[in-house]
Amino acid sequence: MNWGEIIQYALFAASVAAMTAGLVFVLAGAIGVIRLPDFYTRMHSAGVTDTLGAELIVLGLVLQAHDWQTVAKLALVGLLLFLTSPTATHAIANAAHRAGHKPHLSRFRPPHPSEAGKPAGKGTS
Amino acid sequence: MEVVTFLVALGVAAAMAIMLARLFAGPTLYDRVLAMNSFGTKTVLFLLVFSALVGRQDAIDIALLYALINFVATIAILKFFRYRSLEIALAQMSLRKALDGEYEQ
Amino acid sequence: MFYGVSLTAILVALWLTLSGPFTLSGDYPIVMTLGVVSITLAVALTFRMRIVDRETVPVAPAFPLFAYWSWLGGEILKANLAVTRLVMKPELDIEPRLVRVPAEQRSGLGLCVFANSITLTPGTVTVDVEEDGFLVHALDTSFTDPAGFAEMGARSDAASDGKRETR
Repeated sequence: MNWGEIIQYALFAASVAAMTAGLVFVLAGAIGVIRLPDFYTRMHSAGVTDTLGAELIVLGLVLQAHDWQTVAKLALVGLLLFLTSPTATHAIANAAHRAGHKPHLSRFRPPHPSEAGKPAGKGTS
Repeated sequence: MEVVTFLVALGVAAAMAIMLARLFAGPTLYDRVLAMNSFGTKTVLFLLVFSALVGRQDAIDIALLYALINFVATIAILKFFRYRSLEIALAQMSLRKALDGEYEQ
Repeated sequence: MFYGVSLTAILVALWLTLSGPFTLSGDYPIVMTLGVVSITLAVALTFRMRIVDRETVPVAPAFPLFAYWSWLGGEILKANLAVTRLVMKPELDIEPRLVRVPAEQRSGLGLCVFANSITLTPGTVTVDVEEDGFLVHALDTSFTDPAGFAEMGARSDAASDGKRETR
């Protein structure tokens, strides 16, 4: 086993780790978009996908690329996502705010299904 | 390696399905725009993973183009629903905003 | 002149990245000719419009920004883990807040970098830009630490020389 093979295995392991972590963040963001109560909070959850999930998947693909051109194109896509996603998120939030969409600002803690009958403190208010 | 890439592609497709659910269910317009934007980001990711899966570089170019179009489409939809028109030039936006502020007071 | 040369260099690098291996065999002479023609046309038009300056060719401001992004990456990682933990908890327990963050930046670029940094960090989104600050929506009360915002503002200031009077 020479150094070349060791480097190849290390790249393989790093690529698998980065892509798996990115997939976990993408799925967490998507589940958050379903679970959270109102528009402004869903926005934060979509941001998880747009930043770390996307960049980690791009990083994993860069680590398993074979030639420099693929690496350069993937880096360009990653840079583009990194620059445009906050702008798009701010544009949506600003449009909702200007249109008079009020955020939900009190504590949000839905009661657990097993204690649904009890008067569970502060609920969805 | 192919197995991991395939599983990641499946996972991104599942996330896209969840986004579609929010797109159809979303109570307000902004939920739908947000879901559409996030769906576009996931489409870009899916195209990248797909290009690694089939070993063709062309899909990366499509992904690059899709990222650009996704951003422009989000801004255009928001602009249309705020001004009800796509014909106002960007240079007149600040003037229009000042007029709107005056109108609110 | 410096900006013209760096603009040409950036365009050449972009063309070579997007249009494949640069040999002069087969179909590639025509591809290279088209590249030279389009780059020349783009640079000539930019010069004719007289907008070749520090704003349109941001070469000098780019290097501090790259250093700033490495710090921002760590912040994004921490905030992502926090948001993921909040969202994936079996029982949701969140307390959204709308806070005002003061921004002393005077240049447009400084304001833009600061607002985009706040939006890029999950858990906080810039909702509106006001006279002397931002209106920020936070997912939970743990994200509304004023010291954190102040540090991010100072660092983005240093990265984009936001104290310069250009607005």
